[in-house]
Amino acid sequence: MAVARKEVTGLTARAAGLVGCLHCGSVWPKDTSRCGLCGSALTSRRNASLQHVWAWWWAGAIFYIPANLYPMLRTSLFGQESSSTILGGVLELVKHGSWFVAFVVFFASIMIPVGKFIAIAYLATVIRRGGAIDSHSLHKLHEVVEFIGRWSMIDVFVVAVLSALVHLAFVVNIDPGVAAICFALSVVFTMLSALSFDPRIIYDVAEVRE
Amino acid sequence: MIQEPPPTVPTGDLAELVACPQCDLLHHVGNVSEDASSRCKRCGTVLFAPRTGAIERLVALALGALVLMVVAVSFPFLQMSASGFSSKASVFDTISAFTGGLMAPLSLATAAFIILLPVLRLCALIYAVGPLLFGRPPVPGAATSFRLASRLKPWSMAEIFMIGVAVALVKMMGMASIGFGTAFWAFGFLVILVTAMDAMMCERTIWRLLAKR
Repeated sequence: MAVARKEVTGLTARAAGLVGCLHCGSVWPKDTSRCGLCGSALTSRRNASLQHVWAWWWAGAIFYIPANLYPMLRTSLFGQESSSTILGGVLELVKHGSWFVAFVVFFASIMIPVGKFIAIAYLATVIRRGGAIDSHSLHKLHEVVEFIGRWSMIDVFVVAVLSALVHLAFVVNIDPGVAAICFALSVVFTMLSALSFDPRIIYDVAEVRE
Repeated sequence: MIQEPPPTVPTGDLAELVACPQCDLLHHVGNVSEDASSRCKRCGTVLFAPRTGAIERLVALALGALVLMVVAVSFPFLQMSASGFSSKASVFDTISAFTGGLMAPLSLATAAFIILLPVLRLCALIYAVGPLLFGRPPVPGAATSFRLASRLKPWSMAEIFMIGVAVALVKMMGMASIGFGTAFWAFGFLVILVTAMDAMMCERTIWRLLAKR
């Protein structure tokens, strides 16, 4: 077994003529189409990975625009209507002195989505171009993007809670705005974009160089 | 769907190998020992993290979370009062906040993210892993349900909902006084249980356990 061990060191499943399962890690002969252990579809590399990444990226980016331009919340206080966008909501919190919460919302609704668009575009561009890349930092970047993306949903839930609870006769009423749905879609699409990225191709690019 | 064959590990030498799901590097599983996690040599991804009693704790936490979810949807969640008026909201009200026209799909999505998908995920986990506790062979469909549970993970957002609730409370502090209902605390504990469960669950180890018997 010691000999076999040495043989596989530093070898990828693909280079060994095998295919590894993305979910359970088990290894199968190259042409197996479905993992016998966990039943997932097997592909050595998701070939259309980058196309899918870009398709979802654009869908997310397109919905992120109206999400910022249209109101997230419509508030009526003693019959006086006002509405606030994502950024408006953050500024309002700052005005009330809730710095920490303002930061949380700003981080979740603006920094994460924008950072995610930049990070995914950067990953996809660098991978396509090939050449000298630092696989470990790119891999870390992808892990962070995949982990943090779902947290953008915070603002959608804030709107849901406020519009469910704040209905006090004529005193104060809060209703959701169109931006809520655009923002939710944008988050879902960018999550799908990050999920369609096949991290294994990051290391392929590095190998080609070597 | 066609009837799925029971989970099996690959035959021969392949059974001894595992490919890192992040970078495709092959590793030997022969030397993965009990209570020691093994990481990919190249990218550091955790390949296996077996722990004694992991299955027991996993099932216990999932059952606990499921019970708390029942409490969370059947009791009042929050209430607010100002200028002599008051209003109450249950978790269901929160979901149906987006009603009417364009907002209806958002209601459905919220329901899915904070209740339906988490519940489905917990049930699928218990169904797939539960029988292992009693030394039984995996039930038919165990692989399908465990696969479902792992795919649902990014889409169950109970913990994100709780942060959203916290932000909403801060926004309301100025205009009204807030009361916390039983469901609020139930949901809070549920988030803690699910987080603990996710932190200790090692999917690849469980897959191997599902195939072993």
